[in-house]
Amino acid sequence: MAQPSAANRQSTLAAPDTIAQPFSRRSLLRGALMATGALAVPSFLTGCSSSSGGSGGGKTVSIGSNAAIPEPKGAYQTLFNQVQQTTGLTVNVNWVDHNTFQQNITTYLQGNPQDVFSWFAGERMQFFAAQGLLSNVDDVWAKIGANYTDAMKAQSKGADGHYYFVPFDYYPWAVYYSKSLWASKGYTAPTTWDDFIALAKKMKGDGLIPMAFTDKDGWPAMGTFDYLNMRINGYDFHIDLMRNGTKWNTPQVKAVFDQWRELIPYYSPGFLGLTWQEGAQQLLNKQAGMMVLGLDQIGTIFTGAQADDLGFFAFPEINPTYGQDSVEAPIDGFMMSRSPKNKAGAQSVLEYLGTAAAQQLWLGSNPADIATASGVDTTKYTAPQAASVQLIQGAKHLSQFMDRDTRPDFADPVMLPAIQQFLNNPDGAAGILSNIDKQAKTIWASNG
Amino acid sequence: MTALDSTPPTRIRSRPRRLSPRDRLTLTLMAGVPTVLTVGFVWIPALLSMVLSFSSWPGIGGVSSIHWVGLQNYRTIFTIYPEFTPAVQHNLLWLAVFFCLPAPLGLFLAVQLDKQIRFSRFYQNVLFMPVVLSLALIGFMTELIFSPTQGLINNLTGHAGQHGMIDWLGDPKLNIWAVLVMACWRQTGYIMIMYLAGLKSVDPAMKEAAALDGANQWQTFRHVVWPALRSINVVVLVITVVESLRAFDIVYVINHGTNGLQLLSVLVTDNIIGEASRIGFGSALATILLLISMAFIVPYLITVFRKDQRG
Repeated sequence: MAQPSAANRQSTLAAPDTIAQPFSRRSLLRGALMATGALAVPSFLTGCSSSSGGSGGGKTVSIGSNAAIPEPKGAYQTLFNQVQQTTGLTVNVNWVDHNTFQQNITTYLQGNPQDVFSWFAGERMQFFAAQGLLSNVDDVWAKIGANYTDAMKAQSKGADGHYYFVPFDYYPWAVYYSKSLWASKGYTAPTTWDDFIALAKKMKGDGLIPMAFTDKDGWPAMGTFDYLNMRINGYDFHIDLMRNGTKWNTPQVKAVFDQWRELIPYYSPGFLGLTWQEGAQQLLNKQAGMMVLGLDQIGTIFTGAQADDLGFFAFPEINPTYGQDSVEAPIDGFMMSRSPKNKAGAQSVLEYLGTAAAQQLWLGSNPADIATASGVDTTKYTAPQAASVQLIQGAKHLSQFMDRDTRPDFADPVMLPAIQQFLNNPDGAAGILSNIDKQAKTIWASNG
Repeated sequence: MTALDSTPPTRIRSRPRRLSPRDRLTLTLMAGVPTVLTVGFVWIPALLSMVLSFSSWPGIGGVSSIHWVGLQNYRTIFTIYPEFTPAVQHNLLWLAVFFCLPAPLGLFLAVQLDKQIRFSRFYQNVLFMPVVLSLALIGFMTELIFSPTQGLINNLTGHAGQHGMIDWLGDPKLNIWAVLVMACWRQTGYIMIMYLAGLKSVDPAMKEAAALDGANQWQTFRHVVWPALRSINVVVLVITVVESLRAFDIVYVINHGTNGLQLLSVLVTDNIIGEASRIGFGSALATILLLISMAFIVPYLITVFRKDQRG
């Protein structure tokens, strides 16, 4: 299913005003094909082969990239050319469509994967590390460690304490708005929940949609859940809920949905039939006042001259104990496969990717993300990029996003429809939660 | 010459043995290769899916990591899986609608076109055209037509604004109907072409004879044409069942089959294809879908074989 970053990769290609874009055509056709096949055999054939490992691949390093479509591909191509120049290695890239790559990751890692490949931080990385499908990259971190903050280091380790991930770029989730619209109406950024609701009320009075909100794709609502939960119950409760799945049917989680119910009257009409691009358009066209989204998405809608009109504020405080201490900031990066053909080469490629220079080169053509390494020339950032750096650096905790912080077989199959069900029927939260709880228990108890 | 001398009963008995080795080889290949392929690629995997439906397996780490959990998956599906009930309902709704709308409408259109009216070929092409389009493409068209803010219908009828917007794709009570309208549009052309082919095989002399005997159009249809269409009716029945159970692409395009568009095929896909899959759980869903199809297909096959024996 679509993930925040997946959606971005696609949207950079398609014009924002076409409506059929939140999924790639290819993944769709593949989905259709899979459906035919899936009824017959669940990948029985794919589980057995193992990679023909070994070292001494010489001067070639292979990279599996999930950026097959022109926009990110061009930027990565430039980057990989620079990798060749810097390391003196020949880089051999296998380009795969973003969603295809994601959906096939299990098969891919058990088959004959490239030495280095793109992936995400958080539980999504730890899950595969725990399955023994990755090599640890402790040697790489011995060299690049100084480039990263402690928060980044924590996000790059598996449950066993070894490093498995080299962060490359990331972006915050926040409440976005059009600066010029706010200036003309005289709005100011709220910091507490009451101010937030008061502002939404005022916007409604001014004839605006207070909050652009869309959930046809299913995942955009997860960002709001994450923030509400972190603001009400704190980061530790949130991560514990995501990792262990044991506390869904508790008053704490019920409180999240109760709080959420207060927001729903201010959402875009028909939000379950709209894509996030349509919501972002409402913001761009000054029909809507605010929107909870990631920079990675909204940054592809507010482009060019409009980039500097994009303002944001941190999701407001609800429980003073936790204030605004957590920021949702999904990190993308690279990992090394279980038995790379050229381990030494793969390590030197990862070392280069973990430098500010490499990330700056790539960001030159992608103003919707920020670099993970320290030491990037921030004068080249757009206003929203620079403000994002501040927001993230001020955070005590970074979360990754629901579908990156919890088990993959729980996020999309269970939470995505459950949240849609809640949004359809906000008064049914109790029943929905007890059902999530039962499903979570069976999923965590099973191994698949 | 010897054949002429032998008595008829022995001739009949010995006839099959007279196939030349080459004929036998051809027949073996023609019947054998498809059988091997079907058994290998359809039946064995289907049986394996049924076996896997009693297991819990993430698809990682080979066969040794499969855990056998008995009926656990089925218990979960029937008790705490909230997507299952709507999916079954939507599949049955799909089936009912396909029986009630495209089937009679397709027959009606076919009968009209069979009358050799002017521009008959043109109408035929126009009505058949949607059948050429894949359901995935029809999914995109559904979005263009029904999108709440940018779709054709809401913009033509003035329901695209913030007030009084009709949420065709997001309202779970409405979106299945929007999808069904589009699916029926395609299905009607399909059924029409089936019946048209059937009608061509009705001997015109019989219709003329009926007309000479003073039968009106309805009587001719009821007593001459309809009985001749019996074999086509069976085909249409099967196609209708198959098409409604395998519906997938159109809802997957719109919202991946969530929020009011759940179908069994989508649930199977959601659970099996993905970053980490619940292969046992998905297989249990697939097995249920298989059993539902069997419930429709087996009685049909029994009737057909019985008729063959009698004939």
